[in-house]
Amino acid sequence: MRILTVVRQVLDAEESVSIQDGSVALDGRKLVLDTMDEYGVEEALRLREAGAAGAEVIALAVGPARTEEALRSALAMGADRAILVETDLPLDVIAVSSVVAQVARSEQIDLIFCGGQQADWDSHALGAATAERLEWPQTTWTSALDLQDGVLNGKHDVDGGSESFTVPLPAVVTTQQGLNEPRYPTLPNIMKAKKKELRRVPLGDYGVSPKLKIVGAEVQVKERRRNIFDGKDASAAAARLVDLLRNDAGVIG
Amino acid sequence: MILLVVEHSGGKLSKSTLEMTTAARGLGREGPITLLVLGSGVGSVAEQAAGLADQVLVADKPELAQYDPEVWSSAVAQIAQQGEAHTVLIGGGRSGREYSPRVAVKLDAALIEDAISVADRNGVLVAAHYTFLARVTETVEAEGPVTVVTVKPGAFAAAQPLSAAAEQYDAELELPQPRVRITGKTAEKSERISLADADLVVSGGRGVDSPEGFKQLVEALADQLGAAVGATRAIVDAGWRPYSEQVGQTGKTVQPKAYIAVGISGAVQHLSGMNKSKFIVAINKDANAPIFKIADYGIVGDVHQIIPAMITELRK
Repeated sequence: MRILTVVRQVLDAEESVSIQDGSVALDGRKLVLDTMDEYGVEEALRLREAGAAGAEVIALAVGPARTEEALRSALAMGADRAILVETDLPLDVIAVSSVVAQVARSEQIDLIFCGGQQADWDSHALGAATAERLEWPQTTWTSALDLQDGVLNGKHDVDGGSESFTVPLPAVVTTQQGLNEPRYPTLPNIMKAKKKELRRVPLGDYGVSPKLKIVGAEVQVKERRRNIFDGKDASAAAARLVDLLRNDAGVIG
Repeated sequence: MILLVVEHSGGKLSKSTLEMTTAARGLGREGPITLLVLGSGVGSVAEQAAGLADQVLVADKPELAQYDPEVWSSAVAQIAQQGEAHTVLIGGGRSGREYSPRVAVKLDAALIEDAISVADRNGVLVAAHYTFLARVTETVEAEGPVTVVTVKPGAFAAAQPLSAAAEQYDAELELPQPRVRITGKTAEKSERISLADADLVVSGGRGVDSPEGFKQLVEALADQLGAAVGATRAIVDAGWRPYSEQVGQTGKTVQPKAYIAVGISGAVQHLSGMNKSKFIVAINKDANAPIFKIADYGIVGDVHQIIPAMITELRK
């Protein structure tokens, strides 16, 4: 059984965002493996460790050369090998799904994990678009998963609640918090990861082109009043705040 | 043709349908606005939809009683192809964002997710949406003749009905068998007003110190104000509150008139779910908490003192 876990390298959530030449500046910023993708790597490793017969875990990323770092993080967590489809083009999610589906076919993959949402695109679409290209079923926002005899059983979040599901492989699963607690790579595993296979393939091999063109980006700057005051005298501060909410903002009666 | 997939529940059009109608009317693209109603026993929904658009297509079948991403995407793509739709509008809830990518792939279309504005510029669809955990507003142009757009809930005003009712037609569809089998459902339950609809939200984080602290501070203030209750991921993970109350990247996105953050420091993942609120209020003992940077009003102080004093003040 082969499991493909798709990862993205994104801006660390603690980093501030700024725009340079029409897109978000990433040079010199801390970039990390997307936390939503870590759940996918972890779940793939757990399935392998639970004895899914001869399971191999392959991490895949589509992005510029620096994306290798995110793949090394996945290898340090325990993935067996990695593939980097290299491009400097700002590809959209529909274009990337074509690459993922082609890799899944050529690597004879049975199960794909994708992050439920990517912290750069704010997209939910990669898993479903990939599933459609492969004509596989999908489960999104998956918060619990179990594999038995080629059938996945689990739970996922939907509008207004959650559902239990069962779906046969091959399938695409997108992640949600609660699915697992991703492991931290240990130092020996970080060292080992440096020697694991990481294959680089140029994007040109896959014949995809962007479906979206980014023509503008600006950082959200909603003007806020920033009226912050001290609360040592709790009743005076509370009275002042209630007065502001009533008479300045007009949001309470 | 502009194809709009009607969202409905309990025999009524959802607010999202009215919002998408506004987006469709303002788009400035040629062709009739066509509303597609999918479901089982949806006659009354189709009647209501007829008041909004140029034409209404209805697929009323028992197989459509239960939403499934493969069935829905197949139905929408077939209708889009039959009507040569250049624009397909789909709701921005979890289900819409789940099946819309499949529609886009089937139609070899571009996909724009969670649009807050859409317009036609010389035949090119241009839309704005949020990226980077809702910190950036990105403007994109769609390549190619067909675009699938999911519309962010709350981004457009609700459309008013037209004076004349549109013709209704039966949709001709061949539907696939669903492959994901749903074996159980758990609905969110809350005695309070729902987060999505609330004008006021009171939300709590680690600073409330305990599940009891949450009840005494956040729930009590929410009850006093008639507000919905929200929570940070940290205290949901700690088991203090149910996931249904979580606001942020992996929880709910809210945009109330006022969001009152009690003992919340303001992690980016949390802010991404509430930073579009009209007014933001923060009460936190740490003056350096990031939440104060986006607050309209803030008190640096002990939530255990301030919140009871606020409740007393509100009761006066």
